[in-house]
Amino acid sequence: MTAAKTTVSRAEICVGACAELFRGDGEILVSPMSTVALIGARLAKLTFEPDLLLTDGEAGLLAEVPVLGEQSEPAREGWLPFRRVFELLAHGRRHVVMGANQVDQYGNQNISAIGEHSRPDRQLLGVRGSPGNTVNHRTSYWVPKHSPRSFVEAVDVVAGVGYDRATGSAGRFHDVYRVVSNLGVFDFDGPQHRMRLVSAHPGVELEEITEATGFPLHIGEFHTTPEPGQEALELIRTRLDPKNLRDREVRA
Amino acid sequence: MRDKQCTAEEVAAELRDGMTLGIGGWGSRRKPMALVRAILRSPVKNLRVVSYGGPDVGLLCAAGKVRELVFGFVTLDSIPYDPLFRKAREQEGLAVREWDEGMFYAGLQAAAQRLPFLPIRAGLGSDVPRNDPALRTVRSPYGDGEELLAVPALELDVALVHLNRADKHGNARYLGPDPYFDDLFCLAAKKRFVSCERLVSTAELAEGAPQTLLCNRTMVDGVVEIPRGAHFTSCAPDYGRDEKFQRAYADAPQNGLLSRLVSGSEQDYQAVVQEVS
Repeated sequence: MTAAKTTVSRAEICVGACAELFRGDGEILVSPMSTVALIGARLAKLTFEPDLLLTDGEAGLLAEVPVLGEQSEPAREGWLPFRRVFELLAHGRRHVVMGANQVDQYGNQNISAIGEHSRPDRQLLGVRGSPGNTVNHRTSYWVPKHSPRSFVEAVDVVAGVGYDRATGSAGRFHDVYRVVSNLGVFDFDGPQHRMRLVSAHPGVELEEITEATGFPLHIGEFHTTPEPGQEALELIRTRLDPKNLRDREVRA
Repeated sequence: MRDKQCTAEEVAAELRDGMTLGIGGWGSRRKPMALVRAILRSPVKNLRVVSYGGPDVGLLCAAGKVRELVFGFVTLDSIPYDPLFRKAREQEGLAVREWDEGMFYAGLQAAAQRLPFLPIRAGLGSDVPRNDPALRTVRSPYGDGEELLAVPALELDVALVHLNRADKHGNARYLGPDPYFDDLFCLAAKKRFVSCERLVSTAELAEGAPQTLLCNRTMVDGVVEIPRGAHFTSCAPDYGRDEKFQRAYADAPQNGLLSRLVSGSEQDYQAVVQEVS
């Protein structure tokens, strides 16, 4: 199909950027924790990373890529109950894309609580698997609302371990790779592994990013996040997410 | 062989003030909710609760039963945050030991194997040790010399789990996609109770894939048949999560249902089910 080159939405840019997180990953388990990262992982599998292993969100490994939001029983190729996930993550063949209520310039992440831990202003999920994920295998973050409240000078609770704390055994397999937000893509190749701008999404000014970031972001050479190509857009719109659930996570 | 059938009230009566209670399932999945409700109605207090937390934790907190929670998360899955747990933390400063999910697994394994601890990499570098100062590290005695976190055994006084099928002797089977950690909860506990959707004969229980026979009778002290005993959490394939009811639970602080859910009778609970599901 050769649809006219329509406007690419911000959500679709983010899906493309999340897909790029998995480039080069090969045959490993990918665990994207929310809609846009999930579509991104599935897009990567259908295009440039066919060997990625996908879960169904329960204990199944998917033999085929399902349609988002559709009640169906997709074919499976394996079984991975939670206890096996813990074994696999310690083994290391996994790339997780987690959310972050807070992330700081070294990649420390918080999904536990806001405020004092003993009696938080806002109780969140708890640290979940973040401490183990970040010291065992590649970890990225997807933050749909980039603001000074989410990109903070220091996180209130370190759930996911950042570069400044990844010493000794915590550093042996530590690999916090990138952060994708609704404004841009970031890595930790700044001085002392500080967060650095990799690319700004199309239509996003540099100033908008720096103002939405609660710490000094390392700005060197950066580019514009590429739009997904025509084939990728077709897959996103017709094959992966025809109900447009991606727009619920990222407003146009 | 012994007949271990009992009632939910008899299970609740086994609990003493101050005990450590392990609850199986995961989030809002296959939680022994009918047994939890029996605890809500019992006089027991000051429990130390160990759970991959869901609404079991929220309800026990709201009923004032919890002295300390050992957890990695509390979530309703389709609804991220449990409002009753949030209230306990934000307004009452509920004491917690907050561990990584994998640490929690290691702690159950250590208790099951009667080891004082098991080493793990998870938790190092994070705020888990800062917020739980009782945690210690251990150095590898081998040439690598790595320093790892020593997860202490999660020894339980009582474990409660819900499975799909069981016989009266305490053999039990799960039929859904995930065993969760229910067998480990049983192995980590001094007294172990299984509620089941359906009590069947041993011959009927043995039909089907042998590897889903999760608990054998040496791991179980009491069996309670409670159809829909995990409601409103999921119990695949017998039933899915009751999302309507869960929404009502999540809105309970605002919609007037809280007291009926937390301090009502079983008849009150079933009446709410009729009203909202």
